[in-house]
Amino acid sequence: MKRLVILGAGTAGTMVAAKLRPRLAASDWKITMIDQEPTHYYQPGFLFIPFGIYTPDDVVKPKADFIPSGVEYIEAEIDLIEAGENQVKLADGTVVEYDYLVIATGTSIRPDETPGLEGPEYGKTIHDFYTLPGAKALAEAIRFWEGGKLVLNIVEMPIKCPVAPLEFIFLADAYFQDKGLRDKVELTYVTPLDGAFTKPIAAKHLGNLLEDKGVNLEPDFYLERVDSDEKKLVSYDEREVEYDMLITIPLNMGADVIGRSGLGNEGNFVPVDSKNFLSKQFDNVFAVGDAADLPTSKAGSVAHFAVEVFTENFLRHIEGLPMLEEFDGHANCFIESGHGKGLLIDFNYDTEPLPGKYPLPGIGPFTLLRETEMNHWGKMMFKWTYWNMLLRGKPLPLPHEMLMAGKIDEEV
Amino acid sequence: MPVTTIGGREVHIDDEGFLTEYDEWSEDLAKELAANIGIPELTEDHLRVIAFLRADYKEQGETATLRRVSAVGGIPTKTLFQLFPKKPARKMSYVSGLPKPAGCI
Ligand SMILES: Cc1cc2nc3c(=O)[nH]c(=O)nc-3n(C[C@H](O)[C@H](O)[C@H](O)COP(=O)(O)OP(=O)(O)OC[C@H]3O[C@@H](n4cnc5c(N)ncnc54)[C@H](O)[C@@H]3O)c2cc1C
Repeated sequence: MKRLVILGAGTAGTMVAAKLRPRLAASDWKITMIDQEPTHYYQPGFLFIPFGIYTPDDVVKPKADFIPSGVEYIEAEIDLIEAGENQVKLADGTVVEYDYLVIATGTSIRPDETPGLEGPEYGKTIHDFYTLPGAKALAEAIRFWEGGKLVLNIVEMPIKCPVAPLEFIFLADAYFQDKGLRDKVELTYVTPLDGAFTKPIAAKHLGNLLEDKGVNLEPDFYLERVDSDEKKLVSYDEREVEYDMLITIPLNMGADVIGRSGLGNEGNFVPVDSKNFLSKQFDNVFAVGDAADLPTSKAGSVAHFAVEVFTENFLRHIEGLPMLEEFDGHANCFIESGHGKGLLIDFNYDTEPLPGKYPLPGIGPFTLLRETEMNHWGKMMFKWTYWNMLLRGKPLPLPHEMLMAGKIDEEV
Repeated sequence: MPVTTIGGREVHIDDEGFLTEYDEWSEDLAKELAANIGIPELTEDHLRVIAFLRADYKEQGETATLRRVSAVGGIPTKTLFQLFPKKPARKMSYVSGLPKPAGCI
């Protein structure tokens, strides 16, 4: 009997289990999943909670509902991965041995890594929306806010769902307009990147969106510390931005257990072959989802395309066959832009987001790099798709590789 | 890839001027590149950052982030901002003859 152990039962780990269980004979393979949290979060929904569009009920379900039948589930904190010994130690001391390991422990925010960010003001004048408690506290704070300087800051790249901060600022603009407060609110977007959109064609199409919505842009801002008494951000080159309400996207790091186990880079992300997710250190260890150090967006949609490629490769790898399918870094992200509209971008390791139609060339129904109502509905439909299709491992009618059909390859 | 002449030598660059061939770089070339972006002199400290970046790239196949230069290379981020003002990530990769760090959309 062989044993596959999957660390993390979030988006990627659950999809891996759902895809592999039917493909690995129950008589030959035991599959075990380990996660510390009883709740599965639909994280894309966190974005909507501060604005009262979703309630917490929309984004939580018991993890147990998504563990495929025939898969063993252990609820425990993973303490150490001893990859040299092919075993994992849990916090209570239990040792779980494996033949193959899939690391899917994701990434989480680390406000403690920036001086002054985590302190008595966290949850009062400093907020995040990357966790459910953060998004809930922010919903309360925003509801009673009478206006002032609202500043959104991305501490450092990479972050999961790199478009979520932009969506937040677009939704904030719409929210304060609807409340009749927009003229009392100054919105500022502070980013370490050199612009809101850094790829030339996306920048050409979307570059003016912030300006159109009256949002100030503060690019190339690399945060050193937060002065929460004076309410200001201070960068490494001593620039300052004042706020009344700070929305922070703190440093994102992989799980500490990855670092402790000597399997991560400086951000605790697992170095893998970007074409097939095999660890660069161990031939029986893979990392999928946000936990891997792939040079593409950390997003559920990426994890979905990635897991399809992973599944076929894993089945070959365990037979001693060379892995064939190559992951191209395909990412496909809806960007909510406020007032019932949204944008869609589709790209991969090599091709930047281009305009056109998706998924059917010339037809759509979605339009790339343009604000449409249909794109907004696509985003809203994603919640249903997530709970009912993705996590169950059901095939979506979308090819995992990025296609040029339907796209317009234009000059900048 | 376009070819250009820097300091009397022909080198391959991308459309933003970053060198595309690892081996076409030299310390003399780095001085020219630095001058192009307003860094008049390459000090020992500059050269230490460049040496780390080039060695790390050779091993990892990608340009180190500011966090990596400070965590693994031991050079504090504050220093990087002093050596390569305003846009250290971009400037240090440019002078080191490496691809610019990956951006976003
Ligand atoms: C605000 C926000 C908006 C987003 N919007 C979108 C969007 O619109 N579209 C999109 O595609 N993606 C979006 N994402 C990103 C998406 O949610 C993630 O990319 C995706 O969930 C990653 O899946 P994962 O399995 O890699 O990690 P996760 O789903 O985070 O799962 C990791 C799991 O590992 C467990 N774990 C970690 N460490 C340990 C340990 N030591 N012991 C035991 N268990 C452990 C955790 O409990 C967790 O269950 C968004 C994310 C956020 C925060």
